[in-house]
Amino acid sequence: MNATSAEQASAPVTEDALRSVLLVGERPSRPGPVLTSLTFGWRALLKIKHVPEQLVDVTMFPIMFTLMFTYLFGGALAGSTQAYLQFLLPGILVQANVMITMNTGITLNTDIQKGVFDRFRSLPVWRPSPLVGALLGDVMRYSIGSAIVITLGLVLGFRPEGGAVGVVLSVVLLLVFSFCLSWLWTMLSLILRTPNSVAGVSMMVMFPLTFVSNIFVDPKTMPGWLQAVVEVNPITHLATVVRGLMHGSVPAGEIGWVLVSSVLLVAVFGPITMVLYRNKK
Amino acid sequence: MGKLAIETRGLKKSFGTTHAVAGVDLAVSAGGVYGVLGPNGAGKTTTIRMLATLLRPDAGEAQVLGYDVVRDARAVRSRVGLTGQFASVDEDLTGVENLLLLARLLGYSRRRGRERAADLLDAFGLAEAADRQVKKYSGGMRRRIDIAASLVVTPELIFLDEPTTGLDPRSRNQVWEIVRGMVAEGATVLLTTQYLDEADQLADRIAVIDHGKVIAEGSSGQLKASVGAGSLHVRLRAPEQRAEAERVLAGVLEVPAEPSADPAALSARISDPERVARSLAELSRSGIDVTEFALGQPSLDEAFLALTGHAAEETPEEDAA
Repeated sequence: MNATSAEQASAPVTEDALRSVLLVGERPSRPGPVLTSLTFGWRALLKIKHVPEQLVDVTMFPIMFTLMFTYLFGGALAGSTQAYLQFLLPGILVQANVMITMNTGITLNTDIQKGVFDRFRSLPVWRPSPLVGALLGDVMRYSIGSAIVITLGLVLGFRPEGGAVGVVLSVVLLLVFSFCLSWLWTMLSLILRTPNSVAGVSMMVMFPLTFVSNIFVDPKTMPGWLQAVVEVNPITHLATVVRGLMHGSVPAGEIGWVLVSSVLLVAVFGPITMVLYRNKK
Repeated sequence: MGKLAIETRGLKKSFGTTHAVAGVDLAVSAGGVYGVLGPNGAGKTTTIRMLATLLRPDAGEAQVLGYDVVRDARAVRSRVGLTGQFASVDEDLTGVENLLLLARLLGYSRRRGRERAADLLDAFGLAEAADRQVKKYSGGMRRRIDIAASLVVTPELIFLDEPTTGLDPRSRNQVWEIVRGMVAEGATVLLTTQYLDEADQLADRIAVIDHGKVIAEGSSGQLKASVGAGSLHVRLRAPEQRAEAERVLAGVLEVPAEPSADPAALSARISDPERVARSLAELSRSGIDVTEFALGQPSLDEAFLALTGHAAEETPEEDAA
């Protein structure tokens, strides 16, 4: 599009033009937190546009998991892959999303090391907005991941009894939970020094959290102590809700559980993140 | 002198056991360029980061444009512009996207923001590169987009942290022009640099900082006078005459002449350039043949040697990540 070389582009700075931009004494009124957060969200979308490689995790990962688990375990666990798919797909959707949230911490850790965060921090804007904006951009990534899992599921023979409404509702709830869970990773990304260590610790948290749940199997066959763990795992409740909504039942109590744990996640990890962010070197 | 743009008293910041800033007192008057000169690791960046509210001081006080950097951080933030040592723009975005992002964050409407971004890109000679990702810019272009980003809303005070480090001479001159232009429009610029030459060219007043402390302060002329007018390098035809030459030079210049590593050479830091001509005459009268006789401006190394008693070497610690 723009074929000029770097040399041509670096035309000399013209004094008059410089004077005219400096003379503008314009001081627009300060935007509110919502607008600044959305603006930072726009930055995240621009980054997806310029660096589309970062979508590999939200595309490949869910496809891999859906195919692997359906065909590896489907026959053994539920008698047929078709029957297992009806049970598994909502669970895989949860797992894919929750796993993708880890990337929030890893990208933020890289991002924050760069000089541009210094500039953001030196702006007179609501302090959490760069972080909230980054998470809003991630919601877009989660949506892409969800769309891929559901589409693939439909192709493979997943038939949600809850219809389009149930599917959309469950995805919305999932996005809310993922956004809230992301604050755990923003906190980690501010504590740990390198993206690699963020990835390592995130994995250690995420694997037990997603596998010790009802995502892949009904917990009835597990030993009692493990069932107890599964029962308090918020991911279990999330999977139950997503499964319920997709198949046409509305587990009101469970929805409440998910919303409460979402709020708790933000209430605990949000302020810790902000304290760390404020005191970051 | 007018009112003070920056005033600090006993500003301190440590990272672990490293005392990055160990009690800095500054009084910077409004308007003009104030240079903070020092080697890597001297505490320049840490000082700027505290003044720009990015770091909390461990002790001491700092007022920027009359606002306390800790208590009134927000008021400070809305009045200053910061250009860091490392690209403080998003390298993944294009030039115009970066400026539009900042314009939106500072309250411009989408339409006015686009106009402002276009004007800035024009003024900084970057219009052609507007739609290219910043990571594909040359070093000089990156510096200019960095500075342009600090000017989206014209700040009263601009921090420029080593704005020309790593630039070729042409790009460096462009940055100098920009700084002069900003000052002509009434802005106050606080600039850090490792180069005496740069401080000399741009700054009205200079603070020399080393090991986290201000060790000298004044106009460029005052600093040079304190360092000496420069140094005299003399090379003799016969090395065995060096001891005598040393005595002759010391007598005329009234400062000690020091033997160099070269057995036929010696040098002296001089305070009075007028004596230099006389010293040459005196040498020839004493029958000492001279093959080289050169007068040099004090370099940063010499300035440091004179002010601190040690060379301007790099300290192992990075100057704040």
